[in-house]
Amino acid sequence: MSTNFMSQWVYSPVVKDHFMNPRNTWVEDENFEADGVGEVGSLACGDQMRIAIQVKDDVIADLRWLTYGCASAIASTSMMSEMVIGMGLEEAYHLSPSAITEALGGLPDHKFHCSVLGDKGLRAAIDDYLVKQNRDNPYKRKIAKVICECKNVTDVAIEDLVKSGEAKSLEDLERITEFGTVCGNCKEEVAELFDQFQHIYST
Amino acid sequence: MAQEVVDAISEANMLFGNASSMHGFGREAAFAIEQSREKIAALIECNPDEVVFTSGASEANNTVFNIFRDAIDLGSKKNRIVTTVIEHPSITETVKFLRKRGYRIDEVPVDKTGRVELETLATYLDEDVALVSVMTGNNEIGTIQPIEEITKMAHAVGAFMHTDATQAIGKIPVLMKTWGVDYMSLSGHKFYGPKGIGVLAVKKKVPFEAFFHGGHQEGGKRAGTYNTPAIVGIGVAAELALQDLETERARLWHLREMLRKGIEERIPNVVVNGNQEHCLPGTLDISFPSAEGESILLYLDMEGIMVSTGSACASGSLEPSYVLLAAGVDIELAHGSIRFSFGRYNTEDEVLHVLEKLPPIIKRLRGMSTR
Repeated sequence: MSTNFMSQWVYSPVVKDHFMNPRNTWVEDENFEADGVGEVGSLACGDQMRIAIQVKDDVIADLRWLTYGCASAIASTSMMSEMVIGMGLEEAYHLSPSAITEALGGLPDHKFHCSVLGDKGLRAAIDDYLVKQNRDNPYKRKIAKVICECKNVTDVAIEDLVKSGEAKSLEDLERITEFGTVCGNCKEEVAELFDQFQHIYST
Repeated sequence: MAQEVVDAISEANMLFGNASSMHGFGREAAFAIEQSREKIAALIECNPDEVVFTSGASEANNTVFNIFRDAIDLGSKKNRIVTTVIEHPSITETVKFLRKRGYRIDEVPVDKTGRVELETLATYLDEDVALVSVMTGNNEIGTIQPIEEITKMAHAVGAFMHTDATQAIGKIPVLMKTWGVDYMSLSGHKFYGPKGIGVLAVKKKVPFEAFFHGGHQEGGKRAGTYNTPAIVGIGVAAELALQDLETERARLWHLREMLRKGIEERIPNVVVNGNQEHCLPGTLDISFPSAEGESILLYLDMEGIMVSTGSACASGSLEPSYVLLAAGVDIELAHGSIRFSFGRYNTEDEVLHVLEKLPPIIKRLRGMSTR
């Protein structure tokens, strides 16, 4: 039979390459001394990532990662690791999931949430590094995007509330932030973000 | 498809007469169809005139549920349907659809091996039950249900019994008469017949209402021009299945056990899902903690080994296999589950190939996993 199964692979050639040959994985016998470690996702959700960084002069000098997950989760963490080694903390903190996806040559729509974890994991590692250094996070504010304009609720605020466990449900979030209580235009977007963050942070 | 089936279909393509026509061409096609009906009847132990050809088991399953929906609509006091949590989507989705419209349907839970417990089932059965529908063997974990016992219990409360035998056919004896079931669904492609053809076997004198209305084909039970080549094909497949049933059953179980033992010897920390005593011979479902199913599937695919997974990542949704979850499999283990299916054309060499390629893949994935 001459059927070429590979030609119909669901993922791009770049994803396939990173999945088959993942870069910068955190092998057990390597004594990698991390300056900051971040972990996101959960085994129950089917994907979990641990990102470890070494920082020198506010630049990511080196990075190692571990990922439990599907091909796109593994490939996107691998790609992210290549993108951010040598990158300044500020730029790394702003790395968007779509930048990773783009570098991978695209992902199937329903796989997008996997790559969303890569940048979140990295951010968690940078957060951890800054906490360990007793430094304030100078990057956080800059990436905040206002979602609910009436009540001035940002994506960062929503993320923080989900991450801390203060908002366990969409109702909690509404009670705390009062999002969507005026014009209501943002409700759908907030609900989407909430689901996304809950997927990432709930364990 | 079996080569014998392919040959029979290509020959039957020459039977261009409409089997419902009275002329010679039509009679020729009709004769071929009736022969096929006899072959199916021999395979599942029923009468040829109890065999209704459909487009597949999904249509057959929908037809059965529709019969009872209709009876309930017409005011039947028996107005509850009992089925299980691990049925095929052509049942579970029908259940959802009907429930939304107010029909009373109960889904009986299963034990840790995916088996219906008769004592549990008994608590769901009462005089108001019209239909009990339980699959013969499960498509994901291979667990075989005690259909004969369940049928007795259904009949004891005056309910009719349906079993979806799609996954079991050709793998274990499927005995409509011995078991006493009233309705049975089959799909052609599950026993090396063509896709798009199946069977609903209906015992005489049980409620029936056509799902497709139109011509008088299939004794008025299913309208639509006869798909002669496919019907001929499924007949030949039934003949083969019956002829090879016992040898294939033993051979498939041998391959399955060879793989299971080999995996357990070579890979630490694996969990075999399903019921090891009551299991379809060609099914092996195993979970590999700390390795995710889609990743395993794709690495195996690179080695020419094709498997299925219960992981959410491969499903297009974010939920892992409902069958594994219903059988009490931990959600993390469901994400790391792989189903190996064996059939007519698998060999010992292929099992050895899997046993060579799988252990390093699991080791590698576990090595880059968060734990």
